[in-house]
Amino acid sequence: MATDFTTNDQIGEINKYDFRTETKAVFKARKGIDAEIVHQISEMKDEPEWMLDFRLDALKIFESKPMPTWGGDIALDFQDIYYYLKPTTEQGKTWDEVPEEIKETFEKLGIPQAERKYLAGVKAQFESEVVYGSLKEELVEQGVIFTDTDTAVREYPDLVREYFGKVIPSTDNKFAALNSAVWSGGSFIYVPKGVKIEFPLQAYFRINAENMGQFERTLIIADEGAEIHYVEGCTAPMYTSESLHSAVVEVICKKNSRVRYTTIQNWANNIYNLVTKRAMAYRDATMEWVDGNLGSRLTMKYPAVYMMEPGARGEILSIAFSGRGQHQDAGAKLVHCAPHTTGQIISKSISKNGGRSSYRGLVRVEKGATGSKCNVVCDALILDSDSRSDTYPYIEVAEQDVSIGHEASVSRIGEEQLFYLTSRGLSEAEASTMIVNGFIEPLVKELPMEYAVELNRLIQLQMEGSVG
Amino acid sequence: MADVLKIENLHVHVEGKPILRGVNLKLVRGETHALMGPNGSGKSTLGLAIMGHPKYEVVEGAITLNGEDLLERSPDERARSGVFMAFQRPVAIPGVKMADFLRHAATNVRNPDRKEGAELMPMRDFRRELKARMSELKMDVEFARRYVNDGFSGGEMKRAEILQLAMLQPKFAILDETDSGLDADAVRLASESIAEIGGKEMGLLIITHHDKLLEHNPPEFTHVMLGGRIVETGSRELADELHNLGYDRIRATYPDDEVENRTLLDKEKAGV
Repeated sequence: MATDFTTNDQIGEINKYDFRTETKAVFKARKGIDAEIVHQISEMKDEPEWMLDFRLDALKIFESKPMPTWGGDIALDFQDIYYYLKPTTEQGKTWDEVPEEIKETFEKLGIPQAERKYLAGVKAQFESEVVYGSLKEELVEQGVIFTDTDTAVREYPDLVREYFGKVIPSTDNKFAALNSAVWSGGSFIYVPKGVKIEFPLQAYFRINAENMGQFERTLIIADEGAEIHYVEGCTAPMYTSESLHSAVVEVICKKNSRVRYTTIQNWANNIYNLVTKRAMAYRDATMEWVDGNLGSRLTMKYPAVYMMEPGARGEILSIAFSGRGQHQDAGAKLVHCAPHTTGQIISKSISKNGGRSSYRGLVRVEKGATGSKCNVVCDALILDSDSRSDTYPYIEVAEQDVSIGHEASVSRIGEEQLFYLTSRGLSEAEASTMIVNGFIEPLVKELPMEYAVELNRLIQLQMEGSVG
Repeated sequence: MADVLKIENLHVHVEGKPILRGVNLKLVRGETHALMGPNGSGKSTLGLAIMGHPKYEVVEGAITLNGEDLLERSPDERARSGVFMAFQRPVAIPGVKMADFLRHAATNVRNPDRKEGAELMPMRDFRRELKARMSELKMDVEFARRYVNDGFSGGEMKRAEILQLAMLQPKFAILDETDSGLDADAVRLASESIAEIGGKEMGLLIITHHDKLLEHNPPEFTHVMLGGRIVETGSRELADELHNLGYDRIRATYPDDEVENRTLLDKEKAGV
């Protein structure tokens, strides 16, 4: 399978993410997926019986479900992927306990530095396992749980069993089923009643090996009145053959709680990124997805909020940037299941160098969800005539007394805007970058300072070499 | 030697149709020129062609700055050479803050050889300077945080253009109806501001329908355009005459150019 390389041609910093680490895995399952592999993973993790059963059920569902017929072209051989790779025997509580070469990887990515500066807790996942975890002592004392999901299954079985696979059942879609069968790693977070976490908790997911599949499983439970901001970053080096990232993220927002889940991913162009993310928001709770999608060969991701009780609120901010050889099929899903629920989707997509961005969104108002409001705005910016943008908005309304707004715009980068900026001395490349950054500014200003800076920098790297 | 911007026998097409038909004009830095003429005569076109707008195709003639060919340079290179145009209808750039934009612009214009990604002028210096210029123009500091021309009133747009003129201090500036759409007080403020921020240090080409702007920036020369040519050049008195009596005499004196002007205006109205 030929892949167009853009990253390797580009100068300087973009290669910050494109490096490979020589590591000796402590265990690497053979390629391919079947019941034996699933048994092996479960055994390695010393899991309870119910989880093994859950995995085996999911495997059957995965095998029986057809590939999605919409979205992007998925040219993946499921038998040519490594489903489980254990990079180290123990998870470090300090960075010194993390094997040197893996520690170096995360240092290059700036994770320990960020942790010291502004994070309340960190998880770092390398291939299939979380290799480092920390949580500020005061949060531990307040009863906050922030651990990898494997550990959670062993240490908090009742809590995990109550919610695991309840927001996203294995039957939801083929890739949710795949994740359910072979999941490994991911974050488990529980924020007790009334606890408000001031600084973000961050997880960083790194794929290092070739033909690797990463299947983290994240479960976040915000108890009544709790508040949390969770951030994830994802990168991988560039290989000539495809790797797969297929996560499942489930979020439960109980009464009056507030959860913000921010993703800044910058996958290499050989990664298929097929992720299912969904939250359930109960009475007067607010769930916000802030989703920044850069890189990958194909991303199919539609973060969802199900508003289950009156007063629930779901907000989704999505940005997609697709360059050469990339297809971002990104969007959002809001389901109003109760009266007086409020939703908002803001989607911004940028296509350049023949890249393709699609917005795919669903707004559904169920019977009985009277007085609900929802507003959708999707804007696309196309930087050249080789690139493409599509919009697939689906709206299903089963009630009369609701207010649904939808605005969509597609613009080519304006000749007049470029001329205006260049006539003031900005080079064409500087001017384009400025226009693109302006285009996503409504989203960037929602991010904490450090992530806003990072996102702007990533955009700038994507823009470099785009003109002239 | 004072800087010289020279336009010789300039022919410009827009989307294939001729707009300028042989314009000659010599601006010396320190001089002020008024450019007048009825609608459709090609005044804005001349400015945009000097600035290098990609839609304005120069099919014949030359534009030089101190003898060097400007036509070979891109708009940003022209700006870095010291040429500026205050636009009649500046475009909005949502999400881009005035201050960010101006810091990039000022840095590049002051260091014409700056490479992309190289450092910008220090934030402290820039802020101090911007604040001083804004206070001279009686602009609220909040203005710097707004998005470029986004949701600006007509008056705000024009003042933002003057602010850019003040920050960039070009050798030559074309002011395209920088006084239009303003009330009397705003016109006076704009006119005074242009004089104060060093209009005398620049070569000014002022496109205007009013006399206030020229009152504060008295022109040494007045040019009248009709049908894509400069048909007459005179002194300050010519500008006064046109203000008082309109273009009837000009139209009558140059019937061929008047026919051209009508044709162009009709096409413009029909949106061709």
